[in-house]
Amino acid sequence: MTGVLPPPTVSADADPPERVSPGRVERTPRRSRKRVVRVLVSVALALLAVVFAYPFVWLISASFKPRGQVFDNKLIPETFTWDNYVRVWQEAPLALWLTNTLIVTVLAAVTVTISSAMVAWGFAYFRFRGRGMLFGLVLATMMLPGAVTMIPTFLIWNALGMVGTLTPMWAQNLFASAFYVFLLRQFMLGLPRDLFDAARVDGASQWGVFWRIALPLSKPAIAVTLVFEVQAVWTDLMRALIYLRDSATFTIPRGLKALVDAFGFGGEWHWEIIVTASVIATVPMIIIFFIGQRQIIHGISAGGLKG
Amino acid sequence: MSAVAAAPADRRVARRRARRRNTGSALLFLSPWLIGFGVFTAWPLVYSAYLSFTDYDVINDPSFIGTANYVELMQDPKIALALGNTLMFTAVQVPLYVLVSLVLALLLNRAGRSAGFYRTVFFLPKMTPPVAVGVLFLLLFNGQNGLINTALGSIGIDGPAWTTDPAWVKPGLIIMSLWTVGASVIILLAALQSVPEELYESARIDGAGFWRQSLSVTLPMISPALFFIVVVNTIAGLQTFDEAYTAFFGAGNTTYSNDAALFYVIYLFQQAFQFLNMGYASAMAWILFGLIMAVTVVQLVVSRRLVYYEGEDQK
Repeated sequence: MTGVLPPPTVSADADPPERVSPGRVERTPRRSRKRVVRVLVSVALALLAVVFAYPFVWLISASFKPRGQVFDNKLIPETFTWDNYVRVWQEAPLALWLTNTLIVTVLAAVTVTISSAMVAWGFAYFRFRGRGMLFGLVLATMMLPGAVTMIPTFLIWNALGMVGTLTPMWAQNLFASAFYVFLLRQFMLGLPRDLFDAARVDGASQWGVFWRIALPLSKPAIAVTLVFEVQAVWTDLMRALIYLRDSATFTIPRGLKALVDAFGFGGEWHWEIIVTASVIATVPMIIIFFIGQRQIIHGISAGGLKG
Repeated sequence: MSAVAAAPADRRVARRRARRRNTGSALLFLSPWLIGFGVFTAWPLVYSAYLSFTDYDVINDPSFIGTANYVELMQDPKIALALGNTLMFTAVQVPLYVLVSLVLALLLNRAGRSAGFYRTVFFLPKMTPPVAVGVLFLLLFNGQNGLINTALGSIGIDGPAWTTDPAWVKPGLIIMSLWTVGASVIILLAALQSVPEELYESARIDGAGFWRQSLSVTLPMISPALFFIVVVNTIAGLQTFDEAYTAFFGAGNTTYSNDAALFYVIYLFQQAFQFLNMGYASAMAWILFGLIMAVTVVQLVVSRRLVYYEGEDQK
C-alpha cells in the first residue's frame, strides 16, 4: 500500500465534468505523457545508479570475505572476516605507504596552491607589457602531453640524486601548475579591484595585499585547487613508478601495484589481499569527495564551461 | 603618512613610480611559474628533442646518431602494435564515453530533487585511484568467475575471456573506462543547465516538439562543452596508461600475453625506464606529441562547422 501513488488519471477523472475547460482537456494527455517520461527517467536513473554503485559495494564486501568466497556475488559476505585487513597489514608496510602518500599529498597540494595563487595574482592584478602573451603560454602548456617532458624531468631529478626519494613526487608543485593558475585567475578577476587599490593607498605592501586580502577572498577557488590536487596526487601511479624504487618509499598506488604483482601475477592470485588494499587506497578519496563535494562539482563545471 | 592628504601632483608622481614598480612586482609574483616553465617545460622540450637524435642509456653520455631512432621506430613491429592498439582504443572509447556522459547528463537534468544523489553516485567512480580501477577490471571481467560473465551467464550468454583473450581485452578496458565518466557528466550537466529557458519557450511557440527542441536548441547550446569533452578525452585516450598497466604489465606477468593491452605510453614507459633507451623513448614521445597535435588540429577544424559559440556570428 505504501509508496503506491494513485495513477495520474484518477484525479483528473474525479473532477466534475462541468469544470473541464477545453484547454484543460487538451493539457491532460500532455501532462500524463510528462508523467510517463518522469517515471521512465526515474527508473533509468535507478538502474544506472545500481550499475555505477555496484562495483564499489561489491569491492568493499569482497574485502570482508575469506579467500574462497571473494568471487561470489553476495553483497553481504557469507562468512564475515577481518582477516584480510590484518593480513594486508602484515604482508605490506601499509602504514608506511599511507604515511608517504600523506606527506606527498599534503606537500604537493599546499605548494601548488600557494605558488599557483601567486602566479594567478600576478596575471589578475598587475598590468604589464606581454601579459596576454605570457598567459597564452601558460594555457599552451596545459596542452603539452606529459610524455614529452617526462624523460628530461627524470634526468633532472636523477642529476640531483633525488630519484628514489619522495621529493620528485611533489617538488615540481613549487612552480605552479597551469590549470590551477587559470582557475584561480578567473576567480581573482572577479574580486573588487577597489579593495586592493585602497589597501595599497593605506600602505599595504604588494605581498600584503596578496597574502592578507586577495588570498582569503579567493577561498572558494583555493578549496577547488586543494581538493583537485589531493585527488591527483593520491592516485598518481606513473610518477611513483618512475621515481620510487624501494618499497619503503612507496605511495599507495605504487604499493597497490606492487601487491598486484606479488599476489596476482607472481603469486596464486590472492585476490582477497588485492581487494582489501584497493579498498584502503580508495576510501580516503571517497572521504575527500564528501568533504569537498561542492568544490569538486563547481571546479569541474567551471573548468569545462570556460575551456 | 596618510596618502589621502597628499597633493595631486605628488599622487601623480607616486602613480607613475608605482607603474614602473608594477612590472617588477608582477614578475616577482610570476616567478614560480617562470622558473618552472624554464626548468620543467622549456628545457625538457629542447632536451627531449635533442635526445631523440641520440643513443642514451643514462649511464654513458648521449651519442648523436642522427635520425636512426626515427628510422628504427618505423620498423619496430611493437610501435605499430602499440599505435594500432592506442588508436583503436581511442576511436571507440571516446565516442562511447561522450555518448554515455550525455545520456547520464540528460537524465540528471530531468531528475528533479534526486539529481544531487544520482550525481554523487555517477561521480564517485572518478575518485577511485586508477590502479584500483585496473584491479576492479581484472575482477569484474574475470573470464571464469567475474561478475560480468556471471551476469551474462544468467541470461544465457557465454561471456568471453575478457582479461586473457586478445580480441576481448580492449573492449573490456573500454567498458571499464565508461565507469569513470563522472567528470564529463558534470560538465555536460552544467552546460545543459545553462541553456536559457527562453530559448525553449520561443521554440515551443514556433511549434517545435521535443526532438526539434533537442536538435535546434539543446545540441547547439551544449556543443562547446561536448567539443571540450571530445578533445580532452581524445588526448587522455591517446595517453592511456594506468589501468592497462596495472592489469597487464609489471613484474612477473607471465600468466598471459599482454600484447593486446600494449598502449603507446606503456611501451614508451618500458623503453625509457625499463630498457633505459632514453633516446628511442624521446623519439617516441615526439611522435606522440605530433600525433596529438595533428588530431587536435583536425578536431578544431571540424569543430568550426559543428560547434556554436554564443555571441559569435554564424556564417
